[in-house]
Amino acid sequence: MNVRKIATLTAAVGALFASASALAAPTLVKIDGSSTVFPITEAVAEEFQKAKKGTVQVTVGISGTGGGFKKFCRGEIDVSNASRPILDKEMADCKAAGIKYIELPVAFDALTLVMNPKNSFLKQITAAELKTMWEPAAQGKILKWNQVNAAWPDTGLKLFGPGADSGTFDYFTEAIVGKSKSSRGDFTASEDDNVLVQGVSRDTGALGYFGFAYYVENKDKLKAVPVVNPKTGKAVEPSLEAVISGDYQPLSRPIFIYVNAASVDKPEVKEFVEFYLKNAAALTKEVKYVPLTDADYKHALENFTKKKTGTAFGGHSEVGVKVSDLLKRDPKE
Amino acid sequence: MNQQDIQAIRAIIARHKRWDMLFGLLGLLALMVGVLTLTVLFADMAIKGAARIDYDFLTNFPSRRAGSAGILSAWVGTILVMLVTAFSAVPLGVAAGIYLEEYAPKNWVTDIIEINVTNLAGVPSIVYGLLALGLFVYKFGFGQSILSAGLTLGLLILPVVIVATRESIRAIPQMVREGAYACGATTWQTVRDHIVPYSSAGILTGVIIGMARAIGETAPIITIGALTFIAFLPPAPVTDVFPFINFEWLTAPFTVMPIQMFNWTSRPEAAFQVNAAAAGFILVFMTLAMNGVAIWLRYRLRRNIKW
Repeated sequence: MNVRKIATLTAAVGALFASASALAAPTLVKIDGSSTVFPITEAVAEEFQKAKKGTVQVTVGISGTGGGFKKFCRGEIDVSNASRPILDKEMADCKAAGIKYIELPVAFDALTLVMNPKNSFLKQITAAELKTMWEPAAQGKILKWNQVNAAWPDTGLKLFGPGADSGTFDYFTEAIVGKSKSSRGDFTASEDDNVLVQGVSRDTGALGYFGFAYYVENKDKLKAVPVVNPKTGKAVEPSLEAVISGDYQPLSRPIFIYVNAASVDKPEVKEFVEFYLKNAAALTKEVKYVPLTDADYKHALENFTKKKTGTAFGGHSEVGVKVSDLLKRDPKE
Repeated sequence: MNQQDIQAIRAIIARHKRWDMLFGLLGLLALMVGVLTLTVLFADMAIKGAARIDYDFLTNFPSRRAGSAGILSAWVGTILVMLVTAFSAVPLGVAAGIYLEEYAPKNWVTDIIEINVTNLAGVPSIVYGLLALGLFVYKFGFGQSILSAGLTLGLLILPVVIVATRESIRAIPQMVREGAYACGATTWQTVRDHIVPYSSAGILTGVIIGMARAIGETAPIITIGALTFIAFLPPAPVTDVFPFINFEWLTAPFTVMPIQMFNWTSRPEAAFQVNAAAAGFILVFMTLAMNGVAIWLRYRLRRNIKW
């Protein structure tokens, strides 16, 4: 009797969405990887499916940049979202599996340093001061603002940042401390940036960092700290213009998609990537990320059409590199 | 007995009654911690999310625009995964429970199995996820599909179903079995005609408790590769061509409600937090509805049992 009930239920559920399924089996584009790149790829996927009127289906997962590359190098997905360039080990994995890839920068992610709006003494900050605060040697020792800069008051310094599994943490430590994943451990860490927003907005002595989009959405609760560009010596506040012009350094980085070269032979994947690069500028802004310049997108599209496989990096991240220079480099596998 | 003794006894009784009441209050307070927390959480989600819950929210796919984003792929995914979970865990769990209670010889092998089943109930769900990734996704080649997810959650709740089955079988008076055997029934006949029908109410409760745990699981589902953005539905299980049923949906990519919620809570825009609250409300509602059906079924089943 139970079985009959369950069968009825199955039929009912089936009927609910029987009408929604398409008749011809649509083709599928599979994407996975970084949660940082996700909002942009999601927006592109949404628009692309609309434009193709359901004949192409796109799925996007969040496995993290590392998890995405693992699937990518096993040939399970067509496109990998990456918030950092592919690393030596991942290059070796892909090579062993015979997978070639095209590396395409799609936008900038600007790490934003934020403070409590009631903080009146902090006008700018240098990379050296940030290093003093965040390097492993600071653990348990640098606990007050005046220990970093004598001009700052004798108030408690509370640090907030993303957890160690995040690509944002990797890049920040690389750019500031000089070594990826090298950081003091006694700060409030959360993988959920909204928790960091709450933390900084409640503590007048707080300083934190996370992606630009979270700052833009919470401008009423937080103030951005201008960071001194080590090359020009000028303090720069994070903004679309400053990131695009390259003035906001060293805390802005390009983010990427990696396309499996074999998948490009599938027309739906080729079309999707072309659609991505052509519409990225508008969609990136919509999800509060910083787009590349139009010339860069054009150049990336050219590289894609020419099927330039490999990475422009040597298997590690680089700080302060220009996207236009990246695209000109001869990629290596 | 003189007056003084009676007074002394009354004093003792009064003191004991005070303790009684004190413990009663303490118990009530302990209960309230759980109930109030749930109520406050539920009310909070309802208030925050109520404005977003409408027909469109249930029939739209996820979107980058919070206002037009919906949970269609998530709730359909959740229901389909739960179906697989129920179809895999219930027969296996009930059969295992019946075997252990009615057939298994009482020896050390059975003891070891029993201890293991109980311990399995306490294994963290992520461990099941990792096991399933290796076994279902790669070894058996089911891929990142509804089938893999359903079987994973099925494994996860299997110990719960087994334990519940055994408990409710044990509650059946021994004389029922003896009566059946006295009439010449085999063990199988006894099980089929008496044990299973009489214990079905208890088994059902166990199944629902297990399903309620499974419906909110995120970690093992993410491990085996559930997606975050998916704007299409699996193929319908019922078709208009012969044989009217197809199983393609089992191999389809999917997402589930908790993953959709998790993704929304981690977004910068405040509007997505409202979406997450609304989705949470619906998830709790789904769980409560499932429990409601179970209570109703249990009531119906119990009514028919007279011994």
